[in-house]
Amino acid sequence: MIWLTGIGGIIGAVLRFGLGKAVSVRLGTAFPWGTWLINISGSLLLGILYKMFLQGTLSPALWGMLGVGFCGAYTTFSTFGYETLQLIDSGRGGRAALYVLSSVLLGIAGAALGMELASWLNH
Amino acid sequence: MKDLVFVGAGGLLGTLCRYGMQQWIPVGPDGFPSAVLLINLSGCLFLGWFFTVTPGVWRIPPRLRLAIGTGFTGAFTTFSTFTVDAVRLWSEGQATVSLLYIASSLLGGLLMSLAGIRLGQYMASRSRGGAAV
Repeated sequence: MIWLTGIGGIIGAVLRFGLGKAVSVRLGTAFPWGTWLINISGSLLLGILYKMFLQGTLSPALWGMLGVGFCGAYTTFSTFGYETLQLIDSGRGGRAALYVLSSVLLGIAGAALGMELASWLNH
Repeated sequence: MKDLVFVGAGGLLGTLCRYGMQQWIPVGPDGFPSAVLLINLSGCLFLGWFFTVTPGVWRIPPRLRLAIGTGFTGAFTTFSTFTVDAVRLWSEGQATVSLLYIASSLLGGLLMSLAGIRLGQYMASRSRGGAAV
């Protein structure tokens, strides 16, 4: 079971790296769009998975792999903090504030929406 | 392709360390997610320092930097567990605990990132002074 969590973590970290690179190639590096997109989409997915786990429609093994492993490693808090400080240190305080506020508000909204979505699908 | 192997290996270790810490650190009063808070704050401090001292102080192979920074620390810390826990606390009627968790994660995380980066910059300035580069 711990190995399923580990496999989920490998896939999550690799996807974060690949997606982050692809997004920065397309949208540039003036705003951390990659991590922004990853953290919000990961919050939505984990909201769905968490509710399914509570409902018993997702087994503990799959919760470990997809929830704890994949979503946990796909999303990241340390890069989010580092990128915010980089924006502040380069004199882009407004952009940093926008990055923090939009990541947190949309991430929380995504998690709540995911939990609602899973409840709705189960009824 | 080789980059992915290094990121994946770091991601595996980071995920297992996070899982282990969540097993060992007890949940705080009122369901406060103290393990994830500690994981995210320590990860912010470490990543800020690590990304500043490499290559500021130490030149390490770029792929090792990728494995430790992007792979390990990226996977060790987590944003989705933070947002889902905040919503969970709120929906359980623990609105104050939820707001306290959000505030301490954000304020603490950004302060830890700042402290890590400044520590790295201090070490870099000292090593430059010593080597007279």
